Amino acid sequence: MSKQIIYGVFDDEEVLISSAKALRGQGVKIRDVFSPFPIHGLDPVIGIKPTRLSNAAFFYGMFGTSMAVLMTWYMMIHDWPMNVGGKPSFTWFENMPAFIPVTFELTVFCAAHGMVLSYLLVNKIYPGRKAHNPDPRSTDDMFIMEIQTVDNKKVAGSEIISVLRNTGAIEINQKEL
Amino acid sequence: MSHQSASIREPLILGEKTYHQITEDIAKPIEGKANNLFKILFTISALLALWGVACFAYTIGTGIGVWGLNKTVGWAWDITNFVWWVGIGHAGTLISAILLLFRQRWRMSINRSAEAMTIFAVICAALFPVMHMGRVWLAYWVLPLPNQFGSLWVNFNSPLLWDVFAISTYFTVSLVFWYTGLIPDFATIRDRQVKPKMKRIYSILSFGWSGSAKQWSRFEEVSLVLAGLSTPLVLSVHTIVSMDFATSVIPGWHTTIFPPYFVAGAVFSGFAMVLTLLIIMRKVLHLEDYITITHVESMNKIIIITGSIVGVAYLTELFVSWYSGVEYEQYAFLNRATGPYWWSYWSMMTCNVITPQLFWFKKIRKSLMATFIISIFVNIGMWFERFVIIVTSLHRDYLPSSWTMFHPTFIDIGIFLGTIGIFFTLFLLFSRTFPVIALNELKTILKSTSENPKPPHH
Repeated sequence: MSKQIIYGVFDDEEVLISSAKALRGQGVKIRDVFSPFPIHGLDPVIGIKPTRLSNAAFFYGMFGTSMAVLMTWYMMIHDWPMNVGGKPSFTWFENMPAFIPVTFELTVFCAAHGMVLSYLLVNKIYPGRKAHNPDPRSTDDMFIMEIQTVDNKKVAGSEIISVLRNTGAIEINQKEL
Repeated sequence: MSHQSASIREPLILGEKTYHQITEDIAKPIEGKANNLFKILFTISALLALWGVACFAYTIGTGIGVWGLNKTVGWAWDITNFVWWVGIGHAGTLISAILLLFRQRWRMSINRSAEAMTIFAVICAALFPVMHMGRVWLAYWVLPLPNQFGSLWVNFNSPLLWDVFAISTYFTVSLVFWYTGLIPDFATIRDRQVKPKMKRIYSILSFGWSGSAKQWSRFEEVSLVLAGLSTPLVLSVHTIVSMDFATSVIPGWHTTIFPPYFVAGAVFSGFAMVLTLLIIMRKVLHLEDYITITHVESMNKIIIITGSIVGVAYLTELFVSWYSGVEYEQYAFLNRATGPYWWSYWSMMTCNVITPQLFWFKKIRKSLMATFIISIFVNIGMWFERFVIIVTSLHRDYLPSSWTMFHPTFIDIGIFLGTIGIFFTLFLLFSRTFPVIALNELKTILKSTSENPKPPHH
């Protein structure tokens, strides 16, 4: 049997989930699902691990906090201490209340932008990239399940197609690789 | 899946919609031709914007002496407009971030345009402090740059510098939050284009989004974390703006109530502006099924609560000035109500404290015409609030010989009208090129809150 991609097209996300569950029950590996909106509850069914982007955001935020502390210490305490309105400028800690707003803003700035940049990077999306959704309807009202025969040595392609058909796929497309 | 709404709740999507129909309805303004109403509105806005640019150019060329400022009232019109515009921006972030955290599903039809409004309002706001620098080409001196640019580093003790950090963080974070949400919707628009040019443009705008399961999983995480970050951020922005005043020793400014009072006022004025825009937009773009009376009513409820907070804050200020026993404070407030600027004080009181209370009546709360009129009142009232706080506190000095009045010049007024023009020009351009409703997010609630008994055909 040649290498094949099978696309199961659904018009309802709940039907797709139950179909995915049936396929997984038979040991079929699902390569991906393309949908116009996030389908809640799908990730564990098709075996997608939770993203670690929020951990990354935490570290970007910590980086922002450290940079703000370092910057305010260097500029206001170390390099050129200023006596503004008699406020203390001997140690960073004494002057710290005045530095809280900037520290907070830089924390948020770094966390948000760092996270979004990582998001674009790991999702591999950037201006000029060509989209690779199999069917333009998948950003409108169709939910498309992608199964590759190379991932499923034990289950025959015809078997997968019949499960898809029986569990509510309205259309099944095949593509030879 | 998304839980079913209680049947007592009004549906958030009217008409018999399917997923495809939502795409069609939201894509229509982008793909269709502009109607005459749009062309007229756009021409007026663009002319106003051009007029503002001319006034800006005159100010830059001649110096800020062309404004109505004098040695007693050192900042007035510009900072009033700055605070007003920043405040308007706050509703967008509140809708998209705070209501997301509270899982308020009615935000979905309005968050996109409210966030756009935030971004355009912050652009208008930022113009004023930059202009007030006089030599705008030295604006980069507010950045923490090495001291060969001047003699010192920037002063991190100053709320004005905090503002630089707050506004720039707020602007850029709002922008990426907005754009992150736009990417999948641009992909929807891209995939339905037949003309190669349109397809190319929306292909670039959509960053090659394909909507795979992993992409969506990350998308949801990013939205949630950005909402969590934007929530304290938006509260910090107007807090810091209020500290521009509260950390000074001017009677009428030196009060600890300022941060929460400014934040409530900002949300109040922002929602008023959202209503002003959306009541027109839903009509012009035929989005009545998505931006419903239920949405308008929910926003009106927020107007009642924030308007009441603002009202209580006004009364608290009066009480505290009396109770403090500080005669300068007492005079400042007496002068606001009965001095030469009494008309601005009472305009503020009427527009901000009395008119929004009309929303306690369900009939008024659910009437589009009444809401539109009251939203205009609130916009005006909140402008006067800033004018009252700034000008009436400054025009009476500790030294009676320097008492004076502030009169805006032709240029002052021109610049303000110009920013309104810029704001509406940008918003109108947005409304014809961007998906004005987060259409894919909206599809997630179609099954649970629409009039359609069995939404997607099955």
